[in-house]
Amino acid sequence: MQITLNNRIEELEGDRMTVSELLKVKNFTFKMLIIKINGKLIEKHQYDSARITEGDDVQVLHLISGG
Amino acid sequence: MTFDQIKSILSKKTVGIAGCGGLGSNCAVALARVGVGRLIIADFDSVSESNLNRQYFFRDQIGEKKTAALRETIRRIDPSVMVEALDMKLTAGNIPAVFSSCDVVVEAFDLAGQKEILIETMLKFFPGKPLVVGLGMAGWGKSELIHLRKSDNLYICGDEVSEISEELPPLAPRVGMVANMQANVVLEILLNSEIVK
Repeated sequence: MQITLNNRIEELEGDRMTVSELLKVKNFTFKMLIIKINGKLIEKHQYDSARITEGDDVQVLHLISGG
Repeated sequence: MTFDQIKSILSKKTVGIAGCGGLGSNCAVALARVGVGRLIIADFDSVSESNLNRQYFFRDQIGEKKTAALRETIRRIDPSVMVEALDMKLTAGNIPAVFSSCDVVVEAFDLAGQKEILIETMLKFFPGKPLVVGLGMAGWGKSELIHLRKSDNLYICGDEVSEISEELPPLAPRVGMVANMQANVVLEILLNSEIVK
């Protein structure tokens, strides 16, 4: 399937995956993340259940300290 | 648009600033200078000597609460700016009440965990309210890495990679760049919202 990940087109195997699976495939190992699918916030307890499918717009934000 | 027209629009606006450190203090001063009518600033910390390498405070303010010191600095720039200085720790429980009246909110925390709480809470309670986040500004140089990423009402300013550490401290130039970039995004949002009307 094709999705948009952080404003870039991304080709992924299969036609659906959970947020947890996407994080694993893309090697997102940061503990502190903000994830949105099609503009909607996905909370941590939803990572194993929230599905990503063809055409979805996924935004992943790594939170790092500094300010 | 003339500066008088800009000031007349901004004078009716409220901007919330979560955190009065390097990002928040510099961003608040920039917004006060252009004439934003009301600023809600929140922080629980006091000014210390180590803050002076980047934060908009002065040596004679060491020991003062950051919110009170920043309100005083803004009063010296423009006393017509209404500053609500909240000396408190922002939590998931109180964030919605503190920022509900804001047209735009600026995330200006230091620690990643605090940023996470603020962004999650704002997206959950006010998905339609613009939120301008500062992310990644430690160190020096690498000006070309600093960018703006937009995702609906979420605006991310910074390089998204430079985390602070012992060897990569936050310093005035780069922190100031991101803080002023956040202020610039706020300005764009506020002025565009008037043009659309």
